[in-house]
Amino acid sequence: MAQSPNVNAHAAAHEKITANPKFQELVSKRRSFAWLLSALMLGIYAGFILLIAYGKSFLGQSLSGGVTTVGFPIGVGVILSAIVLTGIYVRRANTEFDELNRQILEEAR
Amino acid sequence: MKFSKIALAAALAIGGSLAATAAFAAGADLGNVEKQATNWHAIIMFAIFVGMTLGITYWAARKNKTAADFYAAGGGITGFQNGMAIAGDYMSAASFLGISALVYGSGFDGLIFSVGWLVGWPIILFLIAERLRNLGKFTFADVASYRLAQGPVRIFAATGALIVVIFYLIGQMVGAGQLIKLLFGLDYILAVVVVGALMMVYVTFGGMTATTWVQIIKACLLLGGATFIALGVMSHFGFSFEALFAKAVEVHPKHGAIMAPGSLVTNPVDAISLGLTLMFGTAGLPHILMRFFTVPNAKEARKSVFYATGFIGYFYILTFIIGFGAITLVATDPQYLDPTKAVGSLALKGGGNMPAIWLAHAIGGDIFLGFISAVAFATILAVVSGLTLAGASAISHDLYANVFARGRTTEASEVRMSKFASLGLGVIAVILGIIFEKQNVAFIVALTFSIAASATFPVLVMAMFSKSLTTKGAVIGGYIGLIGSVGCVILSKVVWVSSFGFKDPIFPYVYPTLFTMPAAFIGCWLFSIMDNSEQAKAERAQYDAMAIRSETGLGAEGAAAH
Repeated sequence: MAQSPNVNAHAAAHEKITANPKFQELVSKRRSFAWLLSALMLGIYAGFILLIAYGKSFLGQSLSGGVTTVGFPIGVGVILSAIVLTGIYVRRANTEFDELNRQILEEAR
Repeated sequence: MKFSKIALAAALAIGGSLAATAAFAAGADLGNVEKQATNWHAIIMFAIFVGMTLGITYWAARKNKTAADFYAAGGGITGFQNGMAIAGDYMSAASFLGISALVYGSGFDGLIFSVGWLVGWPIILFLIAERLRNLGKFTFADVASYRLAQGPVRIFAATGALIVVIFYLIGQMVGAGQLIKLLFGLDYILAVVVVGALMMVYVTFGGMTATTWVQIIKACLLLGGATFIALGVMSHFGFSFEALFAKAVEVHPKHGAIMAPGSLVTNPVDAISLGLTLMFGTAGLPHILMRFFTVPNAKEARKSVFYATGFIGYFYILTFIIGFGAITLVATDPQYLDPTKAVGSLALKGGGNMPAIWLAHAIGGDIFLGFISAVAFATILAVVSGLTLAGASAISHDLYANVFARGRTTEASEVRMSKFASLGLGVIAVILGIIFEKQNVAFIVALTFSIAASATFPVLVMAMFSKSLTTKGAVIGGYIGLIGSVGCVILSKVVWVSSFGFKDPIFPYVYPTLFTMPAAFIGCWLFSIMDNSEQAKAERAQYDAMAIRSETGLGAEGAAAH
């Protein structure tokens, strides 16, 4: 079985990292945050698709008396929500999570 | 006209030598200027683009020394640059011309595709991007096979990648051939050969560095051009969407129906399956995944998704304005309408993909039409280059270096193999591009995105998140997704009826992902937990060590160098 040599490298550091409660904290915090945001995005998108399949008349309603329909701000809103959610994740990951990560690597030396 | 074609072929064949094109432009038949002028603008601007990109390729070729340089631009691309390149990969000619044409034809429905294509990006960021960067080196198979048996997993990954790459290439080649006929007034075959030749030059000499910069330049040009068109449209309507929509509803034959979802999505199963395909397909495209290895670390990988999502979302909003702009400014102008079709049919000269192109003319005249035509063609070139590099690395890095040579090869011979593979893929793409000229290629999006979502994505996610995954599970689950999605697409309407001519499809939906993606996940899981071999135990024992690298980046490729 050909294995990547990296798997067994850094063995000493691995033990320290596994024993470091900060590592568990990082993994669980980041994962739950990532899954939460994924679920949000999926939910928003699923809602949009279901509206298209079942709520055509709702999306086709006039927004404020003119020809612009409710569907447009909703569609553009889904696009913007994707950008905003990635922004939220990147912001927290690149500051809070990366700082935690840096401490973990520092303490494993 | 005959002479002009030959001169042009020569000019393009020598790599868009400006001198040759300019000399010819000066000698153009003045009697034909009205008709030919637009073509020349397009061709000269395309030649300038080619000249610039060849300069970049020359610069990149001198920098390229190691395998990491060739496959991953030495890990020296910033998050912003990579975001731009990813957006460039995504903003293909098909999405620029196709989505604006969809909006032109059916209004609101165009948004459904845009949204589906965009919402995959956050998922890539949350679940895949940083782990991919931390675990992989050059290809996504590095990650899928990280703690599993290299041979079978890489063969599976490379098979999926190559099918996706080759069919995606066919789609792009056919698009290039059609576009050059339309925009430059040149022959189909010439386009296919020019694209094939230039792409081989970029990839074999410039590797990922050149491929990335070609993509970045193109993305800037396309975003700039699309912004200009959209601003032109909006200024025409006093920057009021209500005024734009009101005019569109008035002149469009479907009237108010363009403001609501229409017939594009009728069946909820198809709607959900389409959504899953678009969303998760993105997360399994080899040429997109490969871009995450060009940045130095997980932080930049994350940033690149943020920028990419922003650029792509902005671009889709622009295509939407462009589609509505075309309804109001192009469909109302007889000079753009197909005189052989009924009045009010919206049919344009040059066919269904022309709304954005004619709108460019309506907004910015001949020179801007030339610019947009050149950018649309350059787009194909850039996308094709990225695809070829991804396919070549599947052949050289996965199949040749890690399966055939079992890791006992040198970097130099691996890169050499990759260059041969690029040339081979280039030749295959040209030949298939010619063969498929008259074929219906509508199945290609369904096929490639379904494979990416149903085979690549599940195995990648399981490899990252599931401790129980074993080689057996990954390979069986992966092939269930791969064979299932290919089979269902063949049995569906787009191939079974449209290409093979049978009366009724055997698989009733267009996109199989709703069924094949869960099947692949279940296959991966089920055959993993049933696997109690010594090998499986050893593989599971490696998970914790892998998780440390995937979560913290400890030991990640290239991380120390930057």
